[in-house]
This record gives sequence, C-alpha cells and structure tokens, in this order.
Amino acid sequence: MAAAPDPTQPGKSGGLLGWIDQRFPLSLLWKTQVAEYYAPKNFNFWYYFGVLATVILVIQLVSGIFLTMNYKPSSAEAFASVEYIMRDVDWGWLIRYTHSTGASAFFIVTYLHMFRALLYGSSRKPRELLWIFGCVIFVMLMAEAFMGYVLPWGNMSFWGAQVIVSLFGSLPVIGGSLVEWIRGDYVIADATLNRFFALHVAAVPLALVFLVIAHLMALHEVGSNNPDGIEIKNLKNAQGHPVDGIPFHPYYTVKDTMGIAAFLIVFCAVIFFAPTFGGLFLEAPNFEPANPLQTPPHIAPVWYFTPYYAMLRAVPSFAGTQVWGVLVMGSAIVVLFFVPWLDHSPVKSIRYRGPLYKIALAIFVASFVVLGICGLRPPSGIYPLLAKICTALYFLFFLLMPWYTRIDRVKPVPERVTGHA
Amino acid sequence: MRRFAVWLSAGALAAGLLGGAASAQEGQSLPSAGTDIRDVESLRRGAHHFMVYCSGCHSLKYLRYNRMATDLRIPANELATLMITSTKPFDPIVSAMPDDAEAWFGKQPPDLSLVARSRGVDYVYAYLKDYYVDKTRPWGVNNLVLPGSAMPAVLSPLQGLQNPVFKNEPDEHGSANMVLAGVEPLTAGALKPEEYDQFVKDIANFLDYAAEPIKATRRSLGVFVLLFLFVFFVFAYLLKREYWKDVH
Repeated sequence: MAAAPDPTQPGKSGGLLGWIDQRFPLSLLWKTQVAEYYAPKNFNFWYYFGVLATVILVIQLVSGIFLTMNYKPSSAEAFASVEYIMRDVDWGWLIRYTHSTGASAFFIVTYLHMFRALLYGSSRKPRELLWIFGCVIFVMLMAEAFMGYVLPWGNMSFWGAQVIVSLFGSLPVIGGSLVEWIRGDYVIADATLNRFFALHVAAVPLALVFLVIAHLMALHEVGSNNPDGIEIKNLKNAQGHPVDGIPFHPYYTVKDTMGIAAFLIVFCAVIFFAPTFGGLFLEAPNFEPANPLQTPPHIAPVWYFTPYYAMLRAVPSFAGTQVWGVLVMGSAIVVLFFVPWLDHSPVKSIRYRGPLYKIALAIFVASFVVLGICGLRPPSGIYPLLAKICTALYFLFFLLMPWYTRIDRVKPVPERVTGHA
Repeated sequence: MRRFAVWLSAGALAAGLLGGAASAQEGQSLPSAGTDIRDVESLRRGAHHFMVYCSGCHSLKYLRYNRMATDLRIPANELATLMITSTKPFDPIVSAMPDDAEAWFGKQPPDLSLVARSRGVDYVYAYLKDYYVDKTRPWGVNNLVLPGSAMPAVLSPLQGLQNPVFKNEPDEHGSANMVLAGVEPLTAGALKPEEYDQFVKDIANFLDYAAEPIKATRRSLGVFVLLFLFVFFVFAYLLKREYWKDVH
C-alpha cells in the first residue's frame, strides 16, 4: 500500500489508487474490512476452519474449472472422460485428485467449523443470521457434493443417485412426479447427468459464493465471537478500537497463512499418497462404469453423508411408507437452524458453562461419529441398534437444549478475554 | 505453538485411524500380492505375460501402447513385438475379441484397465491362482474368489490343474456340511509353483500400474511437495511469531 500516502482519508490520495478511490471504495474497503477490522486477539486452533473452508472453496472452484475443460457430461462418455483426465491430460490426475480430496476436506473443515460454533456459542445473539447463512451454506454444500459425486458416472455414482433421488419418491402424493422431475427421465439417465452437471458447475457454486459473501458480511457487521464468548466491542479504548481486538491485517493474515500451510501439508499428503483414502474418499466400486443391471455389493454414500444415511435407515417404515426416515433425516439438518434459540444459557463459551452442556456436547459428537460409522457398514449385527440409539441422542441434544442450558451451573464470565494463542 | 503441534498430531492420528479402519473394512482376507509398482522389471514381465496370455480377450482400453513403453522403459523394437492388436503406438490396448464374444463365454470379457482399483491387486493375484476343477461348469473349472467365473483356466498349462479341498463344518443340527476351504495341486504345469507365483505377481503388478499409470510418479513427486510445504510452514510460523510479538 505504498501508493497510499494517507489511507485514513480515502479518495484524497493521488496516483492510480486515488483515481480508483474516486470511482470505487477500494481504500475504504481495505481499511474497514481488513486493515482496521478488529478481531479478538484470543482466537485459538478452532478459528482456523473458517478461513480453511474459504481456501477450499477457491481450490474447488479453480480445480473444477479445469476439470470442466476436459469432462464430458454424457452417460456414454463421462466415465471415459474422467479416465482421459487421469491419464492423457497434462497434470489431469493432480487436478482430479485435488478436486476429489477437496470435497472430503470441505466437509471435514465445515464440520469442525460448526463444532467450533457449538463450543463457543458463536450462533447466539447477535450472530443468529450469521449462523443461518452458515446453515444454508451447509445445505448447499451437501447438494453440491451429491451432484458432483454423480458426475464420474461410476457404478457407485449411479446407484448412489438412484437411492438418494428415490428418497423424494416416498413423499406422499407428489413423490412420484417429483422424482421424475428431478431425474428428467423414468430412470437415472443421460438427462439426469446433464442437469446435475449444470447445477454442479454453475447454479450451486454461484449460490455458494454469494452465500459465503453474505456470511462474511454478516460476520464483519457483528464482529467475530471468540473462545471466551465475550463481546470485545463492549470495551473500547480512546481511539474507539476494542481493547481486546487486533487488526485483521497483518495479525490474522500472517497467522492464517501459517494455518493454511499446515492444512496444505495434510491436504497434499492425502492427494499424493492416499487419494482414495482407503476407499473412503474415492470408493472402489466407482472405478467400474455405471451399470443399471448390476448393483454394487453394498451401497453406501460417501463418508460425509453417512451419519444422515444411518438415520434414514434407523427409522422403520410405518403405516406402509418409508417417508418417516426421510423426514427424520431432513429434520436432522433443519434443527440446526434453531440452535441460537434453543440455547438458553446465560453464557456463550464452553469455558464458562457447567457440566451439563459439556456432557451433552460430548454425547452429541460421539453419536454423530458412531452414526457415521453405522452408515458405512451394512445394516446388520449391532449397527441397526446403534444407529437407532444415536439418532435419538442426536435429536435429544437439540430438543433438551432449552432445559439443560437453563439449569446448568455456569461460571462468571471475565470482562476481558483471557490470553492469546 | 505447542498446543498447535499437539492438535496437528491428534488430527493426523485420527486420520490414520480412520484410514486404517476403512482399509480394514475393505479387506476380504485375501493374501497380500506383495507387488511393487516401482519394480519396473516386474512390470515389464507382467506386460509381456498380459500381451501373450490375456490381451487376446481382455482390453486395457484406457492405456496406450506408447504410454506403457515410456513408463516401463520398453524400447521401440521390443514394443513392436508386444503390439499384437494394433500397429500405432498411440493406440489404446484393445483386445482381439469380437463383439459377439458373449455367445462364446456367456459374458463379454471385461476391460481390465481399472480392475486393480475396483477389485484390488490382491484380488487379481488370488483370482489367477485359485482355479480348481469343477465338472459342473461349462469349462470344467471354477474359481475360489469369483465363484461361477465365466473365464476358462487359461493359465492351467503353466500352473497345472488344482483340486478343490473341502472341509466339514457341521451346521447347527450337527449334520455334516462340506464347505470349500481351498485348493491343492492335481497335475503339474510347465512352471514350478514358485515360478507361477512370480508369473501371476507380475501380471497383478502390471494391472496395478495399468489402473493408475501415474501412481509411482505421484508418490515420488509428493515427497518434494511435502518438503516444500514443511519449509514454507516454518517460515510462515516465524513470520507469525515476529508479528505477534507486540500482541499482549
């Protein structure tokens, strides 16, 4: 920013920047959103996952654009075009593995980012809308990942799409026509692949980018929460800056650079040494082309959907319809939107909450992980029972939240944040 | 920073456990083929065996002859002897099988480009070793790992024929119940058992290469990528520490 002699007076500077500033608020945006955006100084490990999610979004957009240049969205050519990318396109294998690993990485950091919000009460007033934008991003991300998984047109792509799309068929009255409308055919076919491609590369990414911008705007409007759950805006110095705040740039830009470097080490280790991740990130049956006549021995969605898939299977059919499982699975997502109003605790951060919330959160996380494992396994042995118990625990975490957060024994919250990382 | 390192190692541990659980889940207790895609000699032998014994019926339609020649360091004159089904080096490896092969075998012989990824190297290795005599099948043979396989025992002149071994596993009522437990040699083949084992291992290794020709390069490149990122991380950490000195 050497060209800006006086960044405190945007528009008054000379040169190219002055020319731009008179026509576009470049210096002003830089100042208000980056150089003088005050973030709490006590961010810890959990606060990396927001920036990492943004980084992965960019990785997915860029690698996706390059994949699109060689991918053929037709049921006759899709599978072969992916192998063409893997073998004949220069660095195509790297682009493809980056994109496929990026999909799983996106869910890992998003789940951890959401867990962070539960740890420190980041969804509570005044950040309810910030949280809701985040929930919508999560829903969009699931749609994006599901449709992307269909594109390679492997046998698991085909049968996964078959299972998930037919879920809509269990809805009363409209089910049948709705499924036909989604598929664009009477079966999963070329028309389905074409529309999923359109949605995956244009519609949903566009929505995601706008939602992420809205998420960041809401964040910068209310300011970031922190591990102490204290509003740093309540205590300002003579210059009007929060005493516990530090400018985002350079402090968090350098800290996040370090975090991104650490993330890239793990990310690249997977890309270069274990891109299928033992069949979790890229499933073995998906290296066989889609075959409507041959079901894979065991159909399971990719790992990041398995907790919800386990819930779907845990609910038995009742009154002659399977719709209850679908409703439970949908409710598991919808209930997330209400967290800011379900949480009645007088404090935000887990540091000052009592044992009830800590136990509840631990049970919730454990049940989510167990559900994920149940969803990966065939529904036999102990797994169906485990899935039923954990589905109940998942919902109890939310439904009992107003009660246990109110009666929990909380500790006094300090006035200033405690320490920094 | 210390806490950061703790978290990082915890994350790596969790990822390792997850990966381990996932691979443990996939294994169907097949013996390990013990192949190594960096062993170019083995790959080259495997390519020869494949062209002679397999490519008559099975294609590798996603692998080109010249890609194979470059990766396996096969000289041009030697490649010419391997190009049984084509004359152009940039052609993919197709089979000599006509489209109506289904009438002969009951099934079109599948393309094997990706079999090592969809089924695994260990599967290929076990499959080629576990043929046994079964008079009820059209070709008089059956397979332990793929019961009812449509493929005749093409390699039996090399391996020799094998007899099934049954063992008695009484059912819940205590009645005798014979289950297939393994195979034992019946006749000798042209190769000694350890020679045949290496023969099959080379084919499995070659099919592993064919399923992902970039695999060896990917791994060796990955070492340098990670080295760079570690160095970058150290400098990023030092930069962060320098800037954060004035945060109290």
